[in-house]
Amino acid sequence: MFGYLVRRLIGAALVVVVTSMLVFVLFFAGPSEPARSLCSTARCTPATLAGINHSLGYDQPVTTQYLVWAKGVVAGRTVSFGPNVDYNCPAPCLGISFQQRLSVFDILKQRLPATLSIAVGGAIIYLVVGVSLGVLAARRRGTMTDRSLVGSSLIISSIPYYLLALLAYLYLVSSWGLFPNTGYTSPFSSPVGWISGMLLPWLVLGLASSTTYARFSRGSMVESLSEDYVRTAKAKGLPERRVMRHALRAAIVPVVTIFGLDVAYLLAGTVFTERIFGIQGIGLTGLFAIQQEDLPIIQATVLFGAVLVVVANVVVDVVYSIIDPRVRLS
Amino acid sequence: MSTVAQSADATAPAPARQSDGEPFLVVDELTVKFPTFDGVVNAVSELSYNVQLGKTLGIVGESGSGKSVSSMAVMGLHDSRTARISGSIRVGGTEVVGLDEPKMRKLRGNEVAMIFQDALTALHPFYKVGHQIGEAYSAHHNRASGDQVHKKAVEMLDRVGIPQPDRRIDDYPHQFSGGMRQRVMIAMALSNDPQLLIADEPTTALDVTVQAQILDLLQELQRDFGSAVIIITHDLGVIAEMADDVLVMYGGRGVEFGSVKQILSQPLMPYTWGLLASVPELDSDPTQRLLPIPGTPPSLLSPPSGCPFHPRCRYRDHVPGDLCVRELPEFVAPPGHPDHLKRCHIKDPEAVLSDNPLATGAQP
Repeated sequence: MFGYLVRRLIGAALVVVVTSMLVFVLFFAGPSEPARSLCSTARCTPATLAGINHSLGYDQPVTTQYLVWAKGVVAGRTVSFGPNVDYNCPAPCLGISFQQRLSVFDILKQRLPATLSIAVGGAIIYLVVGVSLGVLAARRRGTMTDRSLVGSSLIISSIPYYLLALLAYLYLVSSWGLFPNTGYTSPFSSPVGWISGMLLPWLVLGLASSTTYARFSRGSMVESLSEDYVRTAKAKGLPERRVMRHALRAAIVPVVTIFGLDVAYLLAGTVFTERIFGIQGIGLTGLFAIQQEDLPIIQATVLFGAVLVVVANVVVDVVYSIIDPRVRLS
Repeated sequence: MSTVAQSADATAPAPARQSDGEPFLVVDELTVKFPTFDGVVNAVSELSYNVQLGKTLGIVGESGSGKSVSSMAVMGLHDSRTARISGSIRVGGTEVVGLDEPKMRKLRGNEVAMIFQDALTALHPFYKVGHQIGEAYSAHHNRASGDQVHKKAVEMLDRVGIPQPDRRIDDYPHQFSGGMRQRVMIAMALSNDPQLLIADEPTTALDVTVQAQILDLLQELQRDFGSAVIIITHDLGVIAEMADDVLVMYGGRGVEFGSVKQILSQPLMPYTWGLLASVPELDSDPTQRLLPIPGTPPSLLSPPSGCPFHPRCRYRDHVPGDLCVRELPEFVAPPGHPDHLKRCHIKDPEAVLSDNPLATGAQP
């Protein structure tokens, strides 16, 4: 088990390094000229532009640039925007924001709690609601309950999420004022404010995503209910709840897979949710960075997302081995 | 000696088990149908048999003959939404057909237990074997402490001959060999001393030496527990070794019933002849081909008219006219063969058989 985990972590670290290289090359070869956004349009002569490019190192070959960046991640570095415009960027340095002139790492660190709140709260709701509805539908397979659950889940999931969130905001916040405090407050400064501010985003995100989970876990559960070992559980005379538990234990495995990846994507920024409900999270930060051509932030958010997906994969594999004893040895 | 209920005597008084002489399991005119989009599947039609405590009934027949479906009905394992069950099944005097789920649950795994064919898929891959055995026990012993349940699981593993049971109890099914897994299944089924044990092809997935061990174990346990056993198989070797009585099923119906001696040495109907002729024997000519039964099993959606076996029967010309096509033969004992039932229009099966000896040399 321990050796397996170590191997997986080493593999994950390698994937992260390769991803960071790819991200770097992608933006290096990309169409945008990063220094352009730093050069005020009125007085931007080719000479100033070249000067900025030189101080930021963008005139160096891509390998040199990457090594400087990678060294900064490990040991920190000084980022220079021009003569006498130096910024100290302590490790782990992901660069200095062009616009805010702050350490990108600090910006992301400051924005993470809001995104984390949305993701975790929403995930708890859609996992609990989705899986329970899926199990219920599978258990009542073919009945009206099943059909109406599957039907309504199809209808809800065919509405684009941003529309759903927008409508929720329009009616529940603007028109009816049911959730007046919507927005992010730190749970440490005001737990009640945190819950009342996040409740609507949680509900909207949670209920919208739960439809996918309901259909997915229904399918998985229907399959597992027809397994021989579920028949054995019935033949032993176990009560229905216990029989269902036997079935669910196996049915939950594929649900864990998509859940792991979903959470990773959510943590990397829930752009619509943040934008519509006015929550300053990572998704919104990335969105503004793209509009402002703030390359260091864009790079860092992309990398952050990649790291999360890799980490989620490792976590999912570890959870697999906890659920399924047959995985443990490999 | 158990006999098939010949007259549909539905007036048997219910509760007291055995005392009134009724066999422990009485299946009477059992019919199981599955409505599907393509029509109604007649999986079991008017099946009657019974089994007494301490006796073993072997049920043979090819795939789709209704062997498993009928015993699943005894266990009450059919989904009431998909299966239409009629007739009567009495277990220790309790009517099982139409019994409500909580009462059925008390019976299941307690008085009636079942061993399934493939122990690898029949055991839950994610639970320790000790847990799975203990669960079977605690489901019917609500007040048993965790310690008692654990002890029982170890005891049962030991009982079915698994070495170091106190350690193996924490293993998962995939850590056991095929034969060991089947032993675990048996331990699970026997943990509540059931009075009726249904073994659905218990040795099909195992190699022959392990088969022999499992069959020995089942016989030994039956001697100790004195329970009634139904063994479902298509292996006549298993029948010869295990069964007291044999029911041959075809197309969802019983077609021949008798003691194991009667069925194997004096079979009275062509389907049974066909089954026996398709068995290889050690001392037979190795160059000689085995004699298969021609054709395929009958469709259960639209069963053949008359005798269900008539499209495949080699001996139809021994029956006058088109009786086989028109009329379903009754399931009765022919003159001179008490307690030996057959469903066939042939009047003098022994004469027919002596003119056409079976390839196996199983002569009357």
